[in-house]
Amino acid sequence: MDVILEGFSKAFQLLASLDREVLGIALLSLKVSGLATLFSLVIGLSVGTLVALTSFPGKKILVSVVNTGMGLPPVVVGLFVSIMLWRNGPLGYLELLYTPTAIVIAQTVIATPIVMGVTIGAMQNLPANLRLQILALGATRVQMVWMLIKEARLPLMAGVMAGFGGVISEVGASIMVGGNVRGYTRVLTTATVMETGRGNFDMAIALSVILLLFCFAVNYILTYIQQRERPR
Amino acid sequence: MTQQQHLLDLKELRVDRGGVTVLDIPSFSLCQNEFISLIGPNGAGKSTLLLSLLGLMKHETGTVTYRGAAVASPAQWLDLRRRTAMVLQDPLLFDSTVFDNVASGLKLRGVGRTEIKSRVATYLERFNLAHMAQRSARKLSGGEARRVSLARAFAVDPEVIFFDEPFANLDPPTRQALTEDMDRIIRDRGIAAILVTHDQSEALRMSQRIVVMNAGRIVQQGTPAAVMNHPVNEFVANFVGMETILEGEVANNRHQQLTVRVAGGEIDTVGDDAPGTQVYCCIRPENVTVTVGHPENKSSARNHFEGRIVEIAAMGPFLKLRLDCGFPLTAYVTRESFTELALYEGKEIHASFKATSVHLLPRRAV
Repeated sequence: MDVILEGFSKAFQLLASLDREVLGIALLSLKVSGLATLFSLVIGLSVGTLVALTSFPGKKILVSVVNTGMGLPPVVVGLFVSIMLWRNGPLGYLELLYTPTAIVIAQTVIATPIVMGVTIGAMQNLPANLRLQILALGATRVQMVWMLIKEARLPLMAGVMAGFGGVISEVGASIMVGGNVRGYTRVLTTATVMETGRGNFDMAIALSVILLLFCFAVNYILTYIQQRERPR
Repeated sequence: MTQQQHLLDLKELRVDRGGVTVLDIPSFSLCQNEFISLIGPNGAGKSTLLLSLLGLMKHETGTVTYRGAAVASPAQWLDLRRRTAMVLQDPLLFDSTVFDNVASGLKLRGVGRTEIKSRVATYLERFNLAHMAQRSARKLSGGEARRVSLARAFAVDPEVIFFDEPFANLDPPTRQALTEDMDRIIRDRGIAAILVTHDQSEALRMSQRIVVMNAGRIVQQGTPAAVMNHPVNEFVANFVGMETILEGEVANNRHQQLTVRVAGGEIDTVGDDAPGTQVYCCIRPENVTVTVGHPENKSSARNHFEGRIVEIAAMGPFLKLRLDCGFPLTAYVTRESFTELALYEGKEIHASFKATSVHLLPRRAV
């Protein structure tokens, strides 16, 4: 019992005193996962919209592949990105392994199918005639796509949140391609794993509390979004 | 129709779905200021025809011309869609305020902000929406959402407007009020319109021409009276019903006792229309009494006409008689009466019906 109580009290001291190391880790986590989410939004939204609004042979297979990708195991992504970035791997000359950029790449690979899958679903859930109504109102193709994205903005935001929630709490890929280098690639999850292994429960608890706060914020926004309804 | 200017023409339209032709229209046109009602059973291709006129439906063959100019390239279709408006069966509002919804067509056209404000205000006013301009479209009732979708369509100041059953699922008073609002604006602005509807009286009241469709083809088209009284085949007859519809003009109104002048006679009825009002007299066949020879006893029926039986058709337990009394009239008689009166085609008869059994509908002047 003492271990837990002591851990909590020390953890809150660390948080209250805005410990530099804890703060640095939290900020790096936000930066890396935020960037990865942004890239996945750009790729996932554009490709997802294109897939949702066009029909082509093999579309069902592609959508199934994307949906499978929504639950991609981070360690598999970590392994794949490691191989690609390995010194004598195909992208080894970029010398990106064990850098924050490598984590961003791996997390982008994890989050993109989530954003893309949600985009396809959200676009296909809009009323079938909405596209015709928008075109009949005098929209160009580009205007129509933009209006559809605006109409689907709530589920799309939910998708982005889900992507962010997925990558910020992911540990496998970050540790494999980032290496948990102190002050360089150490993020909330990898630090928690390490501190727990060392028996530094106070530090681990402090990091976990921050991570939980992030997750709570994400889920709060998600819930808020999902409880709104569509107009007639 | 021929002397009127054609606005929108469609030629040789064919739409196939899964190897089956679902729409086959050799020719269809809409004239300036004309109001056409498209009627027909579900799946007749009415909506598909509307969408094809705006290039929103994949088709095998077909050409559309607007004011004599061919519409073919994407830019030409966009131009046509920006001169027209369409109201679909669902309101399909956007997830924003009522004001933004009504403004959406204008924004797409790049209209300036002040101009948008004044035009939207006009139509919010006309559709009685001004007090809810800033309300979210998510919080509207069915009737309100419908009004917003109409205001959105009219706000772009269209030259032609298409309605695809815009009043489906509304209660009769709301429906009536909206129809009147819509009709007034269409007349005021001289907009040509095509209405897809299931409501017979709506089609009668608003249109100069009725087009009956079935199984992807136009079966009959003409003035409401022509289609209702002279259906070209059994399908149209069954679909439009058996009522006699006569075009007329109120000649006289004495204490709501009306005399309506129709081609070939005068009909007594009741109502509060002023003399000169253009109307349709609708007479249901079950309300027409047929007698042979002049009736000796007085009856309460105000309308008596001498006529002749033109055609007899069996309708289950009774028979349908088409009469010529100077104007066409349809009557039902039972088989017993038919035998007792010894009726046959060409026989001289006497037809009567009560003034209160004549249903009057206002008619658009052609």
